[in-house]
Amino acid sequence: MSDTLVEYHELLTRYEPVVGLETHVELGTASKMFCGCATTFGAEPNTQTCPVCLGLPGSLPVVNAEAIAATIRIGLALGCRIASWCRFARKNYFYPDIPKGFQTSQYDEPLCTAGHLDVEVDGETYRVEIERVHLEEDTGKNLHVGGSTGRIHGASHSLVDFNRAGIPLVEIVTRPIPGAGARAPEVARAYVAELRDIVQSLGASDVRMEQGSLRCDVNTSLAPIGSLEWGTRTETKNVNSLRSVERAVRYEMRRQAAVLDAGSRVRQETRHFHEDTGSTSPGRSKEEATDYRYFPEPDLVPVAPDEEWVAALAAALPELPAARRARLQQEWGLSGTEMTWLVNAGALGLVEATVAAGAGPADARKWWLGELARRANDAGVELTALAVTPAQVAELGRLVADGTVNDKLARQVLDGVLAGEGDPAQVVRARGLAVMGESDELVAAVEEALAGNPDVVAKVQAGKVAALGALVGAVMRTTRGKADAATVKRMLEERVAGS
Amino acid sequence: MTADLTTLDAAELGRRLAAGEAGSVELTRAYLDRIAEQDETLGAYLHVDAEAALARAAEVDAARTAGEELGPLAGLPVALKDVFVTEGVPTTSGSRILEGWRPPYDATVAARLKAAGTVLLGKTNMDEFAMGSSTENSAYRPARNPWDPDRIPGGSSGGSSAAVAGGLAPWALGTDTGGSIRQPAAVTGLVGHKPTYGSVSRYGLIAFSSSLDQAGPMARTVRDAALLHEAIGGHDPRDSTSIDAPVPLLVGAAEEGARGELAGLRVGVVRELGGDGHTDGYDAGVLDRVRETVALLEGMGADVREVSCPAFDLALPAYYLIAPSEASSNLARFEGMRFGLRVGDDGSRSLEEVMSLTREQGFGPEVKRRIVLGTYALSAGYYDAYYGQAQRVRTLITRDFTAAFADVDVLVSPTSPTVAWPIGARVDDPLAMYAADLCTLPASLAGLPAISVPCGLAEGLPVGFQVMAPALADDRCYRVAAAVEAALDAARGTRFLDQLTERTPA
Ligand SMILES: [Zn+2]
Repeated sequence: MSDTLVEYHELLTRYEPVVGLETHVELGTASKMFCGCATTFGAEPNTQTCPVCLGLPGSLPVVNAEAIAATIRIGLALGCRIASWCRFARKNYFYPDIPKGFQTSQYDEPLCTAGHLDVEVDGETYRVEIERVHLEEDTGKNLHVGGSTGRIHGASHSLVDFNRAGIPLVEIVTRPIPGAGARAPEVARAYVAELRDIVQSLGASDVRMEQGSLRCDVNTSLAPIGSLEWGTRTETKNVNSLRSVERAVRYEMRRQAAVLDAGSRVRQETRHFHEDTGSTSPGRSKEEATDYRYFPEPDLVPVAPDEEWVAALAAALPELPAARRARLQQEWGLSGTEMTWLVNAGALGLVEATVAAGAGPADARKWWLGELARRANDAGVELTALAVTPAQVAELGRLVADGTVNDKLARQVLDGVLAGEGDPAQVVRARGLAVMGESDELVAAVEEALAGNPDVVAKVQAGKVAALGALVGAVMRTTRGKADAATVKRMLEERVAGS
Repeated sequence: MTADLTTLDAAELGRRLAAGEAGSVELTRAYLDRIAEQDETLGAYLHVDAEAALARAAEVDAARTAGEELGPLAGLPVALKDVFVTEGVPTTSGSRILEGWRPPYDATVAARLKAAGTVLLGKTNMDEFAMGSSTENSAYRPARNPWDPDRIPGGSSGGSSAAVAGGLAPWALGTDTGGSIRQPAAVTGLVGHKPTYGSVSRYGLIAFSSSLDQAGPMARTVRDAALLHEAIGGHDPRDSTSIDAPVPLLVGAAEEGARGELAGLRVGVVRELGGDGHTDGYDAGVLDRVRETVALLEGMGADVREVSCPAFDLALPAYYLIAPSEASSNLARFEGMRFGLRVGDDGSRSLEEVMSLTREQGFGPEVKRRIVLGTYALSAGYYDAYYGQAQRVRTLITRDFTAAFADVDVLVSPTSPTVAWPIGARVDDPLAMYAADLCTLPASLAGLPAISVPCGLAEGLPVGFQVMAPALADDRCYRVAAAVEAALDAARGTRFLDQLTERTPA
């Protein structure tokens, strides 16, 4: 059963979207939220567990101070107010991946509240209000075995991996974001991207969406233009890439528009996003939602961050992505558009590192946005996944600048570096790629060209200077491109004039 | 004299072990013999591993023979309430839902007793998940009172009280949530102490009500209780509610109290707990013994006055909202997926059906009653009226204590309004059962230390005298209790429990 959808541009003539996001970030702490277990991703199932994170009878949680600090730093980076006293709460529900029968979370007393994050789309700035940032524990992971889809339906049995259970999870909740209009999907995406960059710059998490260390739930609603009330929202769960965030919002807008056009009501429900089709499908209806029976976690003492400690954490915050972008744009003398390209290409950090390794900003940008972007595109990988380091790119730039290689040779050097043959200088040596000086070999090649093409020499001497190109080409062929064309041209001119 | 070993107190047994007058194997065997002989009747234990106990005792004896430096508890047998998790030793919390479970780790208190060289005799019977005042809610069998096997030994630590009073263990650990150490101690003629909340680790104690549960000693004498308390107390980094403060000197306080010098001690008698206008539901005999004990304290130089704590009247309803609320959440982990019982997993049922069948069959009626009560009290829309309101009452009770302790050093009352009742007498009346906790609940809700010490007999059955103190002043409880014990022993000419030994020769 596929949904009826309204064309995107058409729905915008009648409806106004409001989006909101709940983002979960798995912190990169060395140990779990309430026990000493390791948090390494990809370990053998159930090897990073203990009585506490398995919820064995009698076990008790103890708060990981590192996780509190990381959450406060995220809150500070988002301009939040940090609570001077707050408690954890139990969120009670039954599911095999929550070993205690409740998730230890925060309810009405979050650690951080009332912040904001400015994001830019098409040169326009949108302020996203942050309602709260709180800390909780992750659940285990269910593995449904025996079915074709990996989903619970059709599976013969299910396994649970508790390695993930108890990993600290920060939830960042926005207030509804109105007023983005047609750009609502892009604003949602830009918000998640910016949040990801902030968390990364703080070193609080590796924020790998593909590994699930950053996960999004996207709320979307539509209201008729001019309406004073917002529409009923749906919550699309597990939207796990930036592109999907945008697609999920767009899809929900188109689907809800069709529902409203038909005179029906949008159901308040949880929906699942499907990467393959870009569509959403209904999950649990919120109207029959569980009563989580929240109450303050009696096994934990309240968290009361010391004012001086919070001030010290604030003072030690690194430069945040927006500030960094502004600084680099100015240092490198780029226009806003150029900067946006750089950021969208995912090359900002690479260019910065390449400049730090000694390359000129223009040169570094040229490499990463040009030749290297092409290579990444051909290989279908991110720039960062290329087997070349910023230091190697800077070195390559130096070799071109000092005339050791020309642009054509440089590309061959890059081939060698990407093939794992070592640093550029090593590749130049090993492959014999250096531009020839006025060596005996080059003099011989020039003499050979002159001797082999008396007719061309005559034309040049008769004033047809353009004919010299044919002689240059002949030398370049003989030297298999290793000669510097300008040098060859000069040598030929000297000899033709002198004869 | 071997037959007499099980009538001695732990301190004396420890002295004999240290002096080489007795060995741990001999001692352990004496208790195991007594268990073999009596436990059929008393139902004090859910699990006894004689072989393991004797092996452990032999190790300690060997260490002593080899001249190793041993602590004062080394070689002394001990019994643990089955609510404490013990590595490799079956642990059920009195419930079918945990039948067959062998935990992979030790509770902190169990580990501390192990490190002190004690010999674990076994795990004692209890009301299922510590919910009850009679041990009739044990999923396995009721425990019985050694003073009269037709009567309850109190609860929920009734297996521990029956074991110690019956000479089936020299001492034992219990847990107290609303009175579960003090009330069974009172009705079996033992000393039982509930420590200040947070002063004994809860790590490895299967939770009933997290904000109330405390482990504590149950013993034949005040000094024994102090000794056992010192061995288990102190900060535990694995329990975040554990207080990081040194354990007060409790044995010293008991010794000081036993000298009977109470001049200047200000004692408050709580009017709301059996005083004028508050005697409904109290046995006359219990009130008589308590009045006599107060007079005794006065005779030893204490300055006695009546104190009113009006919020104590609200303790019972507040407790029966808070404890079930927390329990409803604490017991959610028992769903048959990872340990213990699993019912109906034959491939034809859904996860939810297996979970619900397991809980339906694994929990007894009182546990279900409290889960339902607690689930209701925490529900959206009812939270403020029930759980929230109960927490406010808790604050009021704490305020009453604070105000009282501005004028007095300790507060006293009966421990239990009645003596041990006949088995079965209250099973159909939960409210009558709950009333057994009337006097013990205020200190529980306020997190304060409180001790029960025997203060005589009524209708031939033991009566307990409760001494409550400010937080972390557990030593005051021991001091006053030891004074009462010493004075009564002197007047009687025998130890309290000797009366039981004389009545039922072993
Ligand atoms: Zn763990």
